[in-house]
Amino acid sequence: MPTTHQPTLLRLATAGSVDDGKSTLVGRLLHDSKSVLADQLDAVERVSRDRGLAHADLALLTDGLRAEREQGITIDVAYRYFATADRSFILADCPGHVQYTRNTVTGASTADAVVLLVDARKGVLEQTRRHLAVAALLRVPHVVVAVNKIDLVNFDEGVYRKVAADLASVASDLGLPDLRTVPVSALEGDNVVDHSSRTDWYAGPSLLEILEDLPVADDPSHEEFRFPVQLTLRPQEAARDAAHREYRGYAGQIASGVVRVGDEVVVLPSGRRTTIAGIDTADGELAEAFAPRSVSLRLTDDIDVARGDLIAAASSAPEPTRDLVATVCWLSDVPLSRHTRVLLKHTTRTTRAIISAVDGVLDLDTVQIVPAEDLGLNDIGRLRIRTAEPIAAEPYARHRRTGAFLLIDGQSGQTLAAGMVGDPLAGEGDHADEWDI
Amino acid sequence: MTTTETVEKAEAAEQAESRLTLDYLDTLESESIHIFREVAAEFERPVLMFSGGKDSVVMLHLAAKAFWPGPVPFPLLHVDTGHNFPEVLAYRDRAVAEKGVRLEVAKVQDYIDDGRLFDRTDGTRNPLQTQPLLDAIAEHRFDAVFGGGRRDEEKARAKERIFSLRDEFGAWDPRNQRPELWNLYNGRHRPGEHVRVFPVSNWTELDIWRYIAREGIDLPELYYAHQREVFEREGMLLAVGPVSQPRATETVVTKQVRYRTVGDMSCTGAVESDAVTVEDVVVEVAATRLTERGATRADDRISEAAMEDRKKEGYF
Ligand SMILES: Nc1nc2c(ncn2[C@@H]2O[C@H](COP(=O)(O)OP(=O)(O)O)[C@@H](O)[C@H]2O)c(=O)[nH]1
Ligand SMILES: [Mg+2]
Repeated sequence: MPTTHQPTLLRLATAGSVDDGKSTLVGRLLHDSKSVLADQLDAVERVSRDRGLAHADLALLTDGLRAEREQGITIDVAYRYFATADRSFILADCPGHVQYTRNTVTGASTADAVVLLVDARKGVLEQTRRHLAVAALLRVPHVVVAVNKIDLVNFDEGVYRKVAADLASVASDLGLPDLRTVPVSALEGDNVVDHSSRTDWYAGPSLLEILEDLPVADDPSHEEFRFPVQLTLRPQEAARDAAHREYRGYAGQIASGVVRVGDEVVVLPSGRRTTIAGIDTADGELAEAFAPRSVSLRLTDDIDVARGDLIAAASSAPEPTRDLVATVCWLSDVPLSRHTRVLLKHTTRTTRAIISAVDGVLDLDTVQIVPAEDLGLNDIGRLRIRTAEPIAAEPYARHRRTGAFLLIDGQSGQTLAAGMVGDPLAGEGDHADEWDI
Repeated sequence: MTTTETVEKAEAAEQAESRLTLDYLDTLESESIHIFREVAAEFERPVLMFSGGKDSVVMLHLAAKAFWPGPVPFPLLHVDTGHNFPEVLAYRDRAVAEKGVRLEVAKVQDYIDDGRLFDRTDGTRNPLQTQPLLDAIAEHRFDAVFGGGRRDEEKARAKERIFSLRDEFGAWDPRNQRPELWNLYNGRHRPGEHVRVFPVSNWTELDIWRYIAREGIDLPELYYAHQREVFEREGMLLAVGPVSQPRATETVVTKQVRYRTVGDMSCTGAVESDAVTVEDVVVEVAATRLTERGATRADDRISEAAMEDRKKEGYF
C-alpha cells in the first residue's frame, strides 16, 4: 500500500537465550523482507552445503566473525539494516549467553524496541526474565516477544497461550509499559513476515507488521527540553563567510523535547538564565527544533557556556548534584572493588568520581536488591557515587539521555559500567530511599 | 476486523501523524553530526580519510555541516594506491580546494619504489594500504581517524563500533571491543593508540544515495552511467587502463556502465547500468539484488573472512 508518510527509523535489539533462534529469526526477517541480496545468500548456501546442511542456515547471515561461524554462536553485537516502504530498521543482534548480558545492555541502551525470543517448548526461563528485566531497567519503550519454534510444538494454541500468559505476568511485575507476543517459526517463516495458515487460531499481526506499527521513541512534544553542549562554534576570521565572523553558537544534539526561538532556558550547572536567540543549522535558521536533531543555539545574553553544560527548559530544569544514587550494569571483568576512583561521563561532561558505597546487587529472578559488597562482570547493582564537579543528572526513568552515564577507568580507558541515575525499575521520579536495605 | 477495531486503528494512525518525528535521513544526519562534534571536542588531532569515493564525500559534507559557519577543523588523508581512476583524483583535488581543507597523501607507490612493499601477484593494492596508513597516523600523531565504513557493507564491519580503539599496530580485536552505550562514546586511549571513528556506520548504500540526491552533492562522474571500454574477469567488468590490461583471452567491449564503489582500479568492477542521474541511481540501488562489495570488489571474494583478517591487521 503506497503511503505519503515520511519514512521513520526504528532501532531494535534482539534478546533471548542461546539457541532460541535469534540469529535464525534475524536472518529470516532480512530474507523475507527481501533485504538479503543474492550474493550474500549464495555465500550462506555455499557454506551451509559445505557443512552438510540440507537448508541454508540463515544464522550465518548475522554471525560474521570467523570464531562465530566456527563455534555456531554469536559473540558480539552485529548490526543489521532492513527497510520496508515506510520504515527503516537498525537491528542490533545481541548474543544470548549469560556471560554476554553486557551486550544485551548495550543493544537495549539505544533500542526503541527489544525483540525477545522464547523457545515455545521451554517457555519463560531464567534468561527470559533477565532479559525482560534488562529491557525494563534500560526503559526500552516496547518489547515484542517472538514465541519461537512453534513448529516443534505442532502449532499448538494452548502452548502459546500459556507462554503468553506467563510473559504478561512477568511484564506486569517488572512494570514493562508495552509487551506484545506473536507465535513464530523462525526456521520455517511462520508469522515472521507473512501470516501462517498453520496458526489459524492467531488473528494478530505478524512480527514484521508489529514492528512496522510501533510508535518511534517518545513524542518530543511531551518531553522537557534538554540540550547538552558539545562545543562552542566561534569561527572568528576562519568563518566561511564574512557575515559570520562574530558568530557564537553552542553546538549539540537535542536530547529531549522541543526548543523554540524566544524560549526561556537555564544553563547548568551555573544556573544562569537566558533566552534562545536563534536555532541554526548549516541549511538555515529554524523557528523550532526537536529531538534528536543536531543544531547550534544562539543565546540572548553573553554568558559563560562551555562543553559539558546542559541547556534546559527554565520551567523544568534539574538541580545539579555531586551525589548520585544510581543503578549500574558492571561491564568489566575486573570487579568494582578494584576501581573506587573512576571517571564518570555524563552527557558531554567527564568528571572524576568516587564510588562511595555499594548498596546491593539486583537479583534478576526476584527483581529484588540483595546485599552485596562488590560487583562483578554482568552484575546489576546499586551504588552511591560522589562526583568532583556538579552534574545536571536526572532520574533515568524520566530522561534516558540525561539520566545515563558511563564509568571509565582513568588509567586503561576501559568502560567499566553503564549507569542509570536513580532506580529505573521503580518508575518515574527518584525513589532513592526505596533502594535502602 | 470489527468496527471498533477499525475506528481505534484510525485514531491511532491520526495520533501518529501529529507526533513530532524526525525524518529518517535527518535522524541519520543528526547522529553523524553529533559524532563529528564529539571527536572535535575530545581529540587533539583528528583526520578524515578521503578518497573521493561516495562515502568519504558524504562524510566531508556532514563534517562541513557539523562545524558551520566555521571551517572543517581537521585535515584529510588519502592513502593513494597509485591505481586511481583519473577522474576521481581530479574530483578529490577539486573538493579539497572548494572546502578549503588541507590534504595529506600517503602513497603506496613510494613504498614500492623504495622496496618497503612489493606488488602482489594478483596486482591488487588494496591490502597494501595498511602500512602507509599506519605510518601516516604515527608520523602526524593522529589520534582519531574518521573512516567511511558502513556496517551494511560487509559482515565483519557489521560488528564494528562507532568508536573503534586500535593499538599501536592498528589492530582490531573484534572479541575485545568496548561496549558502546547510548550516545556516550568513550574515546580514551593511551599514547600510541588511536581511535577509528565511523560516523556513517548506520547508513546503508541506499541511505547514502538518497542523501546525495537530497543534498545535491557533487560526485565523480564515474558513479553515473557512461560508455567505457571494459573486459570481463572472474565475473567482473574491469576498465581498461594503465594498471588493468586485458589478458590475451579477455576481449575488450564498450559498455554503458557505472561504479558502485571506487578503489584500486585493477580490482574494482563496474556494473552495467542506465542510471544517468542521481534519481536513476536511487531507483537502481533500491532494486539491486547484489551487495555493493559482492558486485564490485575482487579482493573481498578471496575468502569468507577476508575483510575480518585485513581489519585485524589495521585496515579500515
Ligand atoms: N524447528 C525449529 N528450529 C529452529 C527455529 N528457530 C531456530 N531453530 C534452530 O535452533 C538452533 C539455534 O538457532 P540460532 O538462530 O543459532 O539461535 P541463537 O543462539 O538464539 O542465535 C538452530 O539449529 C536453528 O536451526 C524454529 O522456529 N523451528
Ligand atoms: Mg545467534
